[in-house]
Amino acid sequence: MSELRPLRKMALTGDEAVAYAAKQADVDVVAAYPITPQTIIVERLSRYVADGELNAAFIQAESEHSALSICIGAALAGARTFTSTASQGLALMHEVLHIASSMRTPIVMAIANRALNSPLNIHCDHSDVMNARDTGWIHLFANNVQQAYDLTLMAFKIAEDPDLLLPVSVNMDGFILTHSVEPLEILSDEEVRQYIPHIPYPYRIDFDRPLAYGVMALPDTYMEFRKQLFEVTRKAPQVFRKASNIFSAISGRSYDLLTPYFVEDADVIVIALGSTIETLRYAARRFRERRLKIGVVGLTMYRPFPEKEIVDVLENARCIAVLDRAYSYGGVGGPLYTDILSTLYKNQIGVMIADFVYGLGGRDLKLTDIEQLFNKLFKSLEVGRFDQDIYWWGVKDD
Amino acid sequence: MVDIDVKKIVAGEFSWKTLPPAGMIEIPTSIEYKTGTWRIEKPVIDQSKCTKCLICWIYCPDMSIKRMFDGGVEVDYEFCKGCGICAEVCPQKAIKMVEE
Repeated sequence: MSELRPLRKMALTGDEAVAYAAKQADVDVVAAYPITPQTIIVERLSRYVADGELNAAFIQAESEHSALSICIGAALAGARTFTSTASQGLALMHEVLHIASSMRTPIVMAIANRALNSPLNIHCDHSDVMNARDTGWIHLFANNVQQAYDLTLMAFKIAEDPDLLLPVSVNMDGFILTHSVEPLEILSDEEVRQYIPHIPYPYRIDFDRPLAYGVMALPDTYMEFRKQLFEVTRKAPQVFRKASNIFSAISGRSYDLLTPYFVEDADVIVIALGSTIETLRYAARRFRERRLKIGVVGLTMYRPFPEKEIVDVLENARCIAVLDRAYSYGGVGGPLYTDILSTLYKNQIGVMIADFVYGLGGRDLKLTDIEQLFNKLFKSLEVGRFDQDIYWWGVKDD
Repeated sequence: MVDIDVKKIVAGEFSWKTLPPAGMIEIPTSIEYKTGTWRIEKPVIDQSKCTKCLICWIYCPDMSIKRMFDGGVEVDYEFCKGCGICAEVCPQKAIKMVEE
């Protein structure tokens, strides 16, 4: 089927691609507040609505806190709901993030990953979403603009799955993806309609059958509701796979929880999130030409954390480097590093591992930086240990 | 949708599996919670002083002042939490708070 369909190519920035996906998803409500580097997404959506290309309520809220609160109301009313934000905006949404997931609202949100203040910075890192990792949302990461488009469509399929009903975020690196034009293949509106038909939200507000929403639960029931959230988030990987299989049949592009690259025989494996994966892969190819066995693993799904799949790709590695584009200050290490550490320990894998904090506030991780990093890994493997547990890679030091 | 037996939940016979997702439960459910047991003092209406002005009925935050067919009011002791607002707002001082 898929090889017969005509190719529809467009050249779009990440922001434009996500807005286009939301338009094709025929969203009913967009509630948002502009913030760099996400602004173009809501700009485009407001234009689509104004031009009559998208039949939706476009609500500009007075803050991100209100924007997400509006989304919750809209989702409960049964509307397909979309928002997007970044950095301080996501931080301002924080308490509502927990409410969106625990009230089981299938909201889709694009996050244009950007550093947190202070100092003021508008460029990419993952501090914003890492702040939101424990909120019960499904967090997906795109490596390029095509993935940002595809994952936005898949996010609706995942969020609205009757077995799940949870909000999903699609993360793309601020500026690196949001403002870079890439050629991408798009689906037709009809294909999108087939892929994500509007299905009624099973608990929607219905005057003939009123329900209680956002209830109070005292010590005698609260913990049971939290256990429900614990259990339902664990279903996300299988729901993702289901959504991915159908997407693959339509688009010819398939997605899994992880994107393992050259891992089968790898001595050294590097793990990261977002656009850096592409540069890491390029560098890995160059190292492979020199017969240096290095592999790269990206996480398409960061929350829930794909523990089992991580173990499958890491269990034979001799040396692991985790690249963190955020830090947990005062903690054991960066957020991805601590996740990987816990997963390895739970599975009795005692491999040498270190954390490489990089790219904060949009600092480029250039090919030369990566090659230096890879060399460091092979040198450490030779010695049999790292000389530090946490490296700040590319920081100016004396 | 899960079939919910509110009486069982009130009686503590539930698990995380039998509770409705996120507590999205069909109303009315509060009818099963007899909040009158929370009370320390109860409002007692002196019907001889009551002018049926209904100010207590308007102010009661728990809909525990019942309107009767004669236009007057009575207290619903199954749900009245004993907050005392009715006694406070009664212009005739017809309601007294009495220790349980």
